[in-house]
Order: sequence, then structure tokens, then C-alpha cells
Amino acid sequence: MADSTLPIGSAIDLTPPGETYGTWLEQVHSWVVTVDHKKLGMMYMAYALVFLLVGGFEAILLRIQLAVPHNNFLSPEVFNRIFTMHGTTMVFLMGMPLIIGFANYLVPLMVGARDMAFPRLNAFSFWMTALGGLFLYYSFIGGVGLQGAGSAPDFTWWGYAPYTERAFSRGHSADYWALALIVSGFGTIGAAVNIIATTLCMRCKGMTLFRMPLLVWLNLVVAGMILVTISPLTAAQIMLEIDRYLGGHFFDSQAGGQPVLWMHFFWIFGHPEVYVLVLPAFAIANEVIPVFSRKAIFGYPAMVAASAGIGLISLSVWAHHMFTVGMPSAANAFFVLSTGLVGVPTGIKIFNWIATMWGGKIRFATPMLFCTAFVVQFLFAGLTGIMLSVAPWNWQLHNSYFVIAHFHYVLVGAIVFCFLGGFYYWYPKMIGRMLDERLGKWHFWLFVLGFHMTFDFMHIPGLLGMPRWIYTYEPGRGWEIWNMIVSVGGIIQAVATLIFVYNLVYSYFKGPEAGPDPWDAWTLEWATSSPPPEYNFASEPVVASRRPLWDLKHPEDPDSRYE
Amino acid sequence: MSRRWLQASEPRQAAYALLLLLSCAGHAAWGAPTDQVVYQTPSIYQTHSGPARMIEHLSFFVIELTAAIFIVVASLLVYVIVRYRQRDPNDDSEPPQIYGSTQIELAWTVIPILIVVVLFLTTARILFAIQDQKMPAAAIDADVIGHQYWWEFRYSKFGFTTANELHVPLSSEQAPMITSLNLLSADVDHSFWVPALFGKIDSIPNQVNHMWFNPDKAGLYVGQCAQFCGVQHAKMLLRVYVQTPEEFAAWVKNQRQPSVQDPAVADGRQLFESQACISCHVVRGTAAQGKFGPDLTHFMSRDTLASGAADNTPANLRLWIKDPDYVKPGSLMPAMQLSDEQIDKIAAYLTTLK
Repeated sequence: MADSTLPIGSAIDLTPPGETYGTWLEQVHSWVVTVDHKKLGMMYMAYALVFLLVGGFEAILLRIQLAVPHNNFLSPEVFNRIFTMHGTTMVFLMGMPLIIGFANYLVPLMVGARDMAFPRLNAFSFWMTALGGLFLYYSFIGGVGLQGAGSAPDFTWWGYAPYTERAFSRGHSADYWALALIVSGFGTIGAAVNIIATTLCMRCKGMTLFRMPLLVWLNLVVAGMILVTISPLTAAQIMLEIDRYLGGHFFDSQAGGQPVLWMHFFWIFGHPEVYVLVLPAFAIANEVIPVFSRKAIFGYPAMVAASAGIGLISLSVWAHHMFTVGMPSAANAFFVLSTGLVGVPTGIKIFNWIATMWGGKIRFATPMLFCTAFVVQFLFAGLTGIMLSVAPWNWQLHNSYFVIAHFHYVLVGAIVFCFLGGFYYWYPKMIGRMLDERLGKWHFWLFVLGFHMTFDFMHIPGLLGMPRWIYTYEPGRGWEIWNMIVSVGGIIQAVATLIFVYNLVYSYFKGPEAGPDPWDAWTLEWATSSPPPEYNFASEPVVASRRPLWDLKHPEDPDSRYE
Repeated sequence: MSRRWLQASEPRQAAYALLLLLSCAGHAAWGAPTDQVVYQTPSIYQTHSGPARMIEHLSFFVIELTAAIFIVVASLLVYVIVRYRQRDPNDDSEPPQIYGSTQIELAWTVIPILIVVVLFLTTARILFAIQDQKMPAAAIDADVIGHQYWWEFRYSKFGFTTANELHVPLSSEQAPMITSLNLLSADVDHSFWVPALFGKIDSIPNQVNHMWFNPDKAGLYVGQCAQFCGVQHAKMLLRVYVQTPEEFAAWVKNQRQPSVQDPAVADGRQLFESQACISCHVVRGTAAQGKFGPDLTHFMSRDTLASGAADNTPANLRLWIKDPDYVKPGSLMPAMQLSDEQIDKIAAYLTTLK
């Protein structure tokens, strides 16, 4: 049917004749064989949400064990497996699919394309990623080796050699871990190739690179970074498997291999990975903050330059994770400087968000609440990051709970908050119904409370000398009260997350109809119906500025006049 | 100071008998606390050496700088939230659209760059001062070798090896004394961290790392392994005893002696040497020459067992020999399946190794 409420292509009716929903089995089949970027994007998101719950459950187990000293809730072996699985899950099976899911869903819509550049590669990438997750969790039953060794991997998500070598990790857990990362890594690389090709080749008429929404720009930068950073990780995993089964000695210290080599491989992936995860979060803030402040983003060119700057500088900061491994002083000094410098473009972004809100009319709907909390929390996380970049102080802070607090501030306080905001913002587009605002506010405030209880107080035991990765600690160390507060906060976050999941399900059936443009927004995805048809736009959009819907809504004062 | 610590763990027979009884009763539950070890908080803000204090001062500078940034930016944000939030939900007029300002962008690019430069120069000064410090010839050298869940300390100049409890001399203005540690590993990565004396430096196989400190207050400083190294990473604890030069010299003198040969425990010694104990442990002057586990030559000069997991008391020692996994689950020392009588004899022998 033609939809006269749509600003673009409203006169054209492209409804296929005799469209039916089919049986349940046909429905499932249509999802399995789909090459539609929207369905794949939603499958990525659903996959990420499942692993968010799994990884979150693991986190709760860890916090129960650490809530009191000398706890016997988990044995040390199980504790080590659980924190390894928690870290690996949250980064590779939750974080990566989440960012790729949002990029998949939004990038083609925002550039006015019908699909990604390579739809089948897109489906292939998703199923590779999914297979990676299966490999990792299969290790719980398939990883067991001689003498009871094995089961799930237990060597931290860094997998530092030589602990992953066969001498120290018997059984097959290390193999499943390596395979999971290799396979999901291929999926990620495929997705990155696709995003780059889509942004460069599939933009609609009038959309020059500098008229792309910032979300698209940031995902372009991220996709470039993925190509550069996932490759060394994949290479290192293959080298590890060569060590384990083909008699190689890359990292095998007993035969002269170099454990530090693994660290360089891991962190040349691992640090840019943080930016791979956080830039898409910035991307969401770049869309949500202007719409809810009712103002154009402040300093669009500066934001693009800052993103590209972060992408480049972040490739030269990796060894700030390695200040304690005995690098020469000059090398340490270099990484102090480069790490400080990466803070500059990040600071520019924070200032631009504040400037965007300045002089606006800020509506604090749930998406904006999450993004506002994100700005404060990211500011704080950035500043503790500056503290960690100071190499001599890092010798004290490294591998302590201060670091755990810092990076969870980034990963949860910044990334998860933005993506939750993103869910509240785009759920109406994906499903056609609004998420419940009242539940959303409950979710937000409980999550903020739990987050700050957990991660604010987690800095303190770090300063008091508590190292990470310990399954228990002795009473009388002065860490007890802080750990208890942290654990209680964790449980509050879990409750908030369950409210969110309930909201997702409840609103799917009961949420109010969204209509094509519930937030009065400006980018192209709001120009089509909610949820969008498979072909996205009935006719190819033509844009003249960065905010095409602003131009349509305000013909008397279009953006195109100022750009 | 250290003498007080040594005295704090004098045996109190009744208490230990009770402890043993309770421990045996609770044997089914692994890992229950068996220790009375005195713990302290290894805060990074109670520093007692030159480099640790330099780090502490640097950290105050960084905290002041970052706190100032936080206050300025967060205040701006709070102001914006309060001042510019939508007051009338029915007012759907749009605010004036502002697209940016090159001058403002330049300002908030250049100012952070200046801050980074200041921060870098301050950091680099301390970094080079600590890391490139020349070690004087008189420095006390020790090799620190990380093993899965315990520490080996080799004092090569003095010709002896000990474990888990590092003794170093006090440094004073009149008699500065630097302790210089070479960090190595026998198996996987570990990290030596005693916050009062220095930050952490990793001990990595096939690599020699370096750390130094000049402690200025006698006493016991605790820390622990800070790089994940396996099942019992959590109980790979560290104790550093800072002693006056006289106490330290006396300790060194005792450590250089070969082991005590007490005829009263000859059968215990014979049993020890006929078991696999000697495959892993050294008792200098005897047949025990295994290098896999801690050197036991002066075992009784140590306050703790199992890398700080429990007090070194006869009761804990018997428990430890009987079932190491009970005191420290995942420990690489095997339970030797000895009878209680054999354990008593071996424990009696070990307690003579002063």
C-alpha cells in the first residue's frame, strides 16, 4: 500500500501481491536464509543480547564469590573459567555483534541504500560470528583433556602465552577459544569490508561523504580499524595453534619462544578494539543528542576529523597495556605521549556534545537519559584513563581493581549506556512500536544506581592493592566492605537489565504504534515506514544536506543553505 | 619491627591442636581458612621507598589535574542540562540552529594539547628518574624467580636461595642502600607487586626485568602476584621484610649456613630423603637437591607456608604435608599419601631447619 504519511516515495505502492506471513516454520526459514541487512542486523542484536545475559550471569557468579573474603561459592578452577568466559563473551560475543548489528541495520538506511553492498557476504559474516560463539561455549563440554584438565578456557581473555601453550593448558579449551576468535574474527572482517563498501559505493543521490550522518562516518572509521586490528589477532591465534599442534615455538618459552611477542600481537588488536567498540557508541550519541536537543550537531567537520584522528592515533597506543613488561624507558615514554594524545580528539567530542546541547531544548526521553549519563561517565572514564597512561603510576595501578573499574566504566558506562539509548531510540523503527517509557525510566535509574555502586567503588580496592583475577582474598585486608558494595551494585544492574528485557518483549506486543518518525528526527531512516519494507525506500531518496528531513520539515530554512 | 612479626607466630599448642581438629573435621570442604597470618592493606598510598614515593607524588599531581578537568567539564554539562532542558512539553518551536565555530573548536583542541604536553613532561621526568637509575656496586642484588604459585629468591652474591619471604636492608640518609631485583620466571608470566616499595614489574620467561627500591622504614610489607598465572594465582602472596643493616646481616649469616643437622630427628630426615620430597626441594648439605619447589634449608626462618597461604606452625605444616590441596587448592605440591606417623616425623625434621 502507498503510505501518504511518508515524506519520501509516499505515492508509490510496492507492496508485493498476496503477501502472507506463512507458517511458523516458513517464518524461521525466512530468517535463516535472509540476506536482508535489517533482519541480519536484528539477528546480530538478538545474538548480542543473549550473550549479554550469559556474560552478565557469569559476572554475577564472580561477584557472589568475591562479595566476602574466603568464600567457597566457586572453586578457583571454576572462578578462573568463569572470568575468562565473561571477558571473552562480553568483548567478542556481545560487544562486536552489537556494534555490527547496529551498523548493519542503520548504515544502509541512513545512506538511502536498499541493502548493504554485499548482502550474501553479510549473511555469511553473521553465521560465522554465530559459529564462533558456539565454538567458545562448546568448550564447556568439548574442551576436557587428560587428567581432568580443560573444560572452558581459564587463562583470562588476554590468553597470555605461555599459559595457553600445551605445557600449561592441557585439554582443548585453548583450541576452542582460539577457533572461536578466528571464526568470529572472519565474520567481523567480512562485516567491516561490507560497511566500507556500502558507505563508499551505495550512497543515494546528493549524499556526498560530508553529508553522511555522523553515525555512518564513525562506522566507516570503525570498519577500517577492524581490518587493521582483527588481522593481527587472527594471525596470533593461528600461530598459537601452530605452537600447540605443529611444533611451532612462537610463544613457547620452553623452546625459546617469546611471550612478549604474544602481548604485542594481542594489544595491537586489544587497544584499538576498545575504540572499535566505543566509536559506534559515540556514533549513537551523535544521532541521539542532536535530535533530543533539537539542534544540529555542533562542529560536524571537527567530529569527523576527531573520529578519524582517534582511529589513527589509537593504532599507536597499544603498549600502554605493557608498561610493566620491561620495555625500555624511551618506549614507555613514547606510549605515555601517544596515549595522552588520543585523549585530545576524544575531548573534542565531549565538548562538541555539550555545545550541541547548549542553547537547545533538551527533551529527556529515555534515549537521551542514557546518552547524557554516557557523557558524564565517559568523561570520568577518560580521566581515569589519563591516570593509567602515566607509566610510573601505571606500575601501581596495572592489573589492579582500579583498571577493572576504569575499563568497565568505558565498556558499561559509555558503550552499554549508549547502546541502551540506541535500543530505546531505534526500537520503534525496527519493530514499529515504542518501548514503554515508564519501564524505560525504571530501567535507566536502577541501572545508573547499580552501575555507580559497582564501578565507582571498584576503584578503591585497586588503590588498596587488590589485584585482578584472584578468586578470593584474606579477611583483614581492608577490601571486604568495598567488594560487598560492588557485588550489591552488580545485582541491582542485573535487575535493571531484566526490566529492559521485559520491556523489549512487552512492548513488542503492547507498545504504542510508533509511526515512521516518532522522535521528529532528521536522518533518512525516519523517512520510511516502521519497520521499513525489505526494499527500504520506495524511491531512491535525494538529499541536499546532512539533515534531509529537517529540510523537508523546514523548507523556509533548510540546512542546505548553510553547508 | 620484624622481630615482633616473628614473635607473633610463636606456637600456641592448644590453639593449633584445636585448629587441626577443626580442619580435619572440615576436610570435605576444600580451601577453608587455616591461617592466622597477620594481613595488612597493601595500599599504594602508604609508601616506604624512594621510587614508590615519587610515584605517589606524581599521582597526586595527576589527580589534581584530572579533577580540575572533571569539575570544569561536568559543571558545564550540569549547567546545560539544567538551563536548556525543555520546560513546556507542548512548545514545539525549534531553537536556533548553530552549526559550529572554528575558533571554539581550535580553543578546545589547543588547550588539551597543552595539558597533554605538561602531563607528558612531568611523567617522563619521573619515568626516566626511576627506570634509568644506575645501580651502585654496593646494591643488594637478588634474583626473583616466579614459579607457579610461589616465589624463589636467589641472593647470588651471598650464595643462598630462599623462598616467598624477601629480606632486604633498610636504607637511610646516612647509609643509603638500594635493593636491586632481577625478575625472571620459571614457567608462565607473573608480576612482582609490593605497593609500599615499588609498582609492579612482570616476571616473564626468557626475559630479565629489573626493579629497585630503597626502603626507608623497617617492617613487613605485603603484596602478591599481579599477573594471572594459574589456578592459585590468588594465593601467590609476597612478604618483604625490611630490616636494619645489622638484622639483615644476621639473617644473611644464618641463611648462608648449611642446614642444621639435629640427631634427634635423624629418622625424620631419613624418611624425608627416602620420599619424593627431595625431587623438588633443596636442603643444603643433604641429599635433597630438587629445584622445582622452594628451598627448605632454613625453612623455620620463614613465617609462612605455601607462599603466605598459612602461618608456619607445626599444625599447619602437618596439614600442608598431608594434603596441600586443602591449604591451597591447585598447589603443585602433591599429597604424598603418608601415614600420620610419617608426617609427624617429617614435620619434626623440618621444624629443626632453623
